[in-house]
Amino acid sequence: MVGLGILKGLRETARNLIGSFYQKERLTTVQYPEEKIAPKENNRNFPFLVFDKDPEANLRCVSCKICEKECPPQCIYIVQKRNEKGKAVKYPEVFDIDVSVCMSCQICVEVCPFDAIKMDQEFALSREDRFEDLLFDRVRLSKSNEYYHQIHPTEAGEVDGRLKEQRKQAEAKAEAKKQAAEKAAA
Amino acid sequence: MIRVNNSDDTQLDQLMGNNLLNNTEPGSIPLTGLPESIRVMEGDAGEVLEVSMGPQHPSTHGVFRMDVVLDGETIVKLKPVFGYLHRNHEKIAEQISYLGTMPYTDRLDYFCSMTNNWGYALSVEKLTGLEPPERAEYIRVITGELTRVVNHICLVGFFVQDMGASGTPLMYAFREREKILDLFESLSGSRMMCNYMRFGGCRVDLSPEWLAEAKKVVDECPRFLDEFETLLTENEILIARSRDVGILSSQKAINAGVTGPMLRASGVNYDLRKVDRYGIYDRFSFKVPLGPVGDCYDRFMLRILEARESLKILKQALKDIPEGPIMDAKSKIRNFKPKPGEAYGRIESPKGELGFYLISDGGVSPYRYRVRSPCLMNLTVLEDLCIGSKIADIIVILGSVDIVLGEIDR
Amino acid sequence: MKSLEEIIKTAGHSLEKAGLELIDNPSPCGERSILVDPSSFLALVELMRDDDEIGIDYLSNVTGVDWPEKIVKEKVKVKEMVDGKEKEVAQTIENNVGGYLEVIYHFYSVQHKSGPWTLRMRTGDREEKVTLPSITPIFQSADFQEREVFDLYGIRFEGHPDLRRIFMWDEFEDYPMRKDYEDPDDYEYEPTPHKKVLVRTQRHYEGNDPGK
Repeated sequence: MVGLGILKGLRETARNLIGSFYQKERLTTVQYPEEKIAPKENNRNFPFLVFDKDPEANLRCVSCKICEKECPPQCIYIVQKRNEKGKAVKYPEVFDIDVSVCMSCQICVEVCPFDAIKMDQEFALSREDRFEDLLFDRVRLSKSNEYYHQIHPTEAGEVDGRLKEQRKQAEAKAEAKKQAAEKAAA
Repeated sequence: MIRVNNSDDTQLDQLMGNNLLNNTEPGSIPLTGLPESIRVMEGDAGEVLEVSMGPQHPSTHGVFRMDVVLDGETIVKLKPVFGYLHRNHEKIAEQISYLGTMPYTDRLDYFCSMTNNWGYALSVEKLTGLEPPERAEYIRVITGELTRVVNHICLVGFFVQDMGASGTPLMYAFREREKILDLFESLSGSRMMCNYMRFGGCRVDLSPEWLAEAKKVVDECPRFLDEFETLLTENEILIARSRDVGILSSQKAINAGVTGPMLRASGVNYDLRKVDRYGIYDRFSFKVPLGPVGDCYDRFMLRILEARESLKILKQALKDIPEGPIMDAKSKIRNFKPKPGEAYGRIESPKGELGFYLISDGGVSPYRYRVRSPCLMNLTVLEDLCIGSKIADIIVILGSVDIVLGEIDR
Repeated sequence: MKSLEEIIKTAGHSLEKAGLELIDNPSPCGERSILVDPSSFLALVELMRDDDEIGIDYLSNVTGVDWPEKIVKEKVKVKEMVDGKEKEVAQTIENNVGGYLEVIYHFYSVQHKSGPWTLRMRTGDREEKVTLPSITPIFQSADFQEREVFDLYGIRFEGHPDLRRIFMWDEFEDYPMRKDYEDPDDYEYEPTPHKKVLVRTQRHYEGNDPGK
């Protein structure tokens, strides 16, 4: 019979319509600004710089510029700090990220050997000025390790463990060196 | 802003475009006032009309234009025009590192970033001899097949939306897609631009919770497909609009380089998962659906059937996935330099054969990087499919071809 | 599946002056290719299509590659008279290798489910002798791809039914995928950390203060 297929389809729509009143899986809409879904743990948006205690002194970044080189859309800009004598210091004088260019690919995070740059989950970033307001500088980018633990608990735990291990190894190495030096002196 | 002096009527007329119609001399063609995109030409078939369809047409799935020549309502000639989204993806890739191209491949066919990643990773692995461990291969199959399900159900939604079934089927499809995108998000961190695969493996391991969640989604999906089929497949309007419209013969399809569901809808048994057996596809049992006629209805049905087969593969893969590492130990993240050589790797992406051709000269970036995009090749036959059909059929045919402009224009 | 050597052998029998050359591929996948003289390209493709064992019927990929002129340095030991004695002295000879454009075709066989067969063709140079035969009359799938190669590399395909630009607009003059292509100087000032853009912007304004 002509029209039977349409009727069958309409029955399906009716089932969904009625079902949406009492079945949660048939009504999946979330009224966004009022209700919000918590972001997934792995969710990533734009990069930020991790510091351990003090945002100025304990920034993990040593301005090795690997991320600047590897960044596919080249949105990172780093200038290394120099002390009074003009010698390079392992600290970024300027660390700018143009988040209007950034494509959230996470490659800077992967290539960083010092676990200094991580991905943030902040996404509501609309600003009035596309150029000045979306060019994040070092101060704007620096966020504490606690914040990192808050947004990516599993990953941050792993990173902390790894860093601790590295520090331990470095200390053991220094100790061994010291002992060797003492032995040689003796 | 243009200021209009109200007292000056001619200026207002010019702004409104009235003067064109008013100044028609007796004896001239009374169509001079029409926009430039509509022209009257003299042809063999009497008076034919050249219409520019698009670029901002809702059914063109992006910025895509067709120069259509019409005789009455019948199509005499059709030339697809594209390039509005051209950003020279290949040139960009030749200037940055191998790894840096990976996120750009997400943006080729933005519906299927996982398979794009896979294709590129596969080509680089061919070039360098890296071998992903078994668990990584399983993860690739799982994410790749999930992508296929997403692409096929959404395509069906878009296809019927183009015919006028505005909303309902598409929204149902998007509801299911949301669940799979949530899986992608919790795995890779992003819903669409996953940037998940790496040369010789995958970026992050999947957790047991993720596997349980994926199993749940996969188990629920067939019920949705059943619903979808009762909603659509017997619908008389859909059948009337799509059956025997845009028939593609198998010889023509092979000769024109058509691949993917479009080729199989024409009855050619050529699925790279079976032919090349790349990855670990030889371990799964699944069937390759084939279409009997090769019209739009076959292409539509084939996608639903393929989604079902994908779910079968997913079930097997989720059951068998072994423990182990997910990256080849030889793979390097920094300073990745393949030895000189060339490689052409291809995979069965949801839209067809997605190939990446690479020439390395030993440097950090490829000397030549080329994407063989399935959407572009499938468009080759668009004119042949449309000629002789009515103008309303263009939209149905284009919908069944399944294009994404990000991949055509590159 | 026939090997490439066998193809060259059979083609050498039936084609006069086939000009076939086997190109090695040092990468681990080792898919080698045949370099074909443009004059015998179509004949070879037809031969491979009609061969029962090869039976190519599907052209998957058409690619252009640009190889600009380059100076190849070669170290040669030359005997020279130094202080009355004959000595071997290492010398570097600089050879100027002429540039050319290359088109690469990847063929497969759908009926035998085999492949790929890779064929390549080279143009005489990069400026004038850039005409190659088109394969579109035999394989329709080359239609858009050859247009793409023409658009981005500037190789003219003789016999193509509709050779126009495909991605770039018709009035565009240069060929963007060539290695020596320079972007047009149309940059506007943006306060961006993108160094390359900044350098180009400064060049664009030529000493003017970029910010105004």
